[in-house]
Amino acid sequence: MSVVVLGAGMHPWGKWGRPFAEYGVAAAREALADAGIAWSDVQFLVGADTIRNGYPGFVAGATYARALGWSGARIASCYAACASGAQAIDIARTRILAGLCDVALVVGADSTPKGFFKPVGGDRPDDPDWLRFRLLGATNPGYFGLYARRRMALYGSTADDFAAVKVKNSLAGSLNPMARYRKPVSAEEVLASPMVADPLRLMDICATSDGGAALVLASGAYADRLGVTHPVRLAAVSTVTPTFPNTVLELPEFATDSRAAVPPPDRPFRAAIAHAAYEEAGLGPQDLSLAEVYDLSTALELDWVEDIGLCPPGEADKLLRAGDTALGGRVPVNPSGGLASFGEAIPAQAIAQVCELTRQLRGQAGARQVADARAGLAVNQGLFGHGSAVIATR
Amino acid sequence: MTLAIDGWFTIDDNGACLIGTRCAACGTVAFPPRHGFCPSPRCESESMAETRLSRRGRIWSYTNACYPPPAPFVAAEPYLPVTLAAVELAEEGIVVLGQVKDLTVDDLQVGMEVELTHGALADGPLVWMWGRVS
Repeated sequence: MSVVVLGAGMHPWGKWGRPFAEYGVAAAREALADAGIAWSDVQFLVGADTIRNGYPGFVAGATYARALGWSGARIASCYAACASGAQAIDIARTRILAGLCDVALVVGADSTPKGFFKPVGGDRPDDPDWLRFRLLGATNPGYFGLYARRRMALYGSTADDFAAVKVKNSLAGSLNPMARYRKPVSAEEVLASPMVADPLRLMDICATSDGGAALVLASGAYADRLGVTHPVRLAAVSTVTPTFPNTVLELPEFATDSRAAVPPPDRPFRAAIAHAAYEEAGLGPQDLSLAEVYDLSTALELDWVEDIGLCPPGEADKLLRAGDTALGGRVPVNPSGGLASFGEAIPAQAIAQVCELTRQLRGQAGARQVADARAGLAVNQGLFGHGSAVIATR
Repeated sequence: MTLAIDGWFTIDDNGACLIGTRCAACGTVAFPPRHGFCPSPRCESESMAETRLSRRGRIWSYTNACYPPPAPFVAAEPYLPVTLAAVELAEEGIVVLGQVKDLTVDDLQVGMEVELTHGALADGPLVWMWGRVS
């Protein structure tokens, strides 16, 4: 038995200043139209929560069900930071696999404030996410800066390499009508943008955006009954956590686990996220036609390329420079334009990644189409140890 | 002398020192201190004793905040970029993040040895910081 993607829909990313539910509902209606079913056909809805939009954001499933019109459908709401979308997909998929429903709708959307993400308000000295700002002024880009500098020291990556990632992704994003930033940029522009978190400059770091994404998932039998032939199939969803000791300093932590008594696992966390998805799908990196990876910074895209096994550690720069990860290359990475072109709309982002896999695998990606796409991987990582990876095939 | 957080570090005649916990059974160290039971999933021990962490370590990585971080951070005026370093403590096998005192990113290198010190947040309370080796 398999779970298939019947429909995908998105609200364009931007800074629209509207309530998040509007974006989610627009994406949901587009996904339903794409699937050729009515909202009243949906048996189960999962909302990926947003934590900066008041109570409706904490009960996103109910917010969307109400906005679409109470239908009596069962619902769930979930939060896992940047991995919220993958958790929502996994909840819907599991319910379908359990035979408890045939067709489900997954929705995520966000409306974001300007500037750095800051912790939710109030004095909360027991919350590491509050404390890291209070004691250290450690913003999200600060952690991205640490990873980027570490990469430079270990592998000799340069600011030029990081800029080349942005150039590649902005070119792909210029071809994507859902992207927020649609102007191709040059390496000179990246290198001339203001330094934010050394060695990362403004154009190395992803923005925060408004946006919405939705998927209609169904059992293979349901798709058959609708007469859908060769639908996109969800071959794996990985929501693994780190294995002790996690020796990478993760957001929003003050320290790593200790490796004094227990040796670190064979695979660091990010690599383990992808590995679990490969195992479940029975595929490997060599089978991928494309990958969507979480480029919170340009440098982090290079880390991910290695973590998902497209090359050994330290060689992603070479792959990039050879054009292997660009549109038209051996295995395009972030053909959607990635976060570099979208900016992050937290609960929508992992769902948007799967929307891109769906379009690519159906051959509907227009000017950014990856030729003969057969299998795609989307990976991401949420604050506090949430893994997120989806493999889709056709 | 007001510490910005209780129980995470101490300042005495010998300087500043981070306070962690060490499992009596397996030796796993934790920072911030973890009480109750060992953070290792393979260890059943419930005996975690407070321990002072090594005052010297080597820079795992570093960065800065060129723009003032948002609240609850209190930024000094005029604002000077906050420098951050993640420092590896060999004996404890952990990496600990902290502000860097009196050094900028131009002064730092991955692998460089630093020593724990302390400094004041813009609104007064003291916090641990990494600084030059004395």
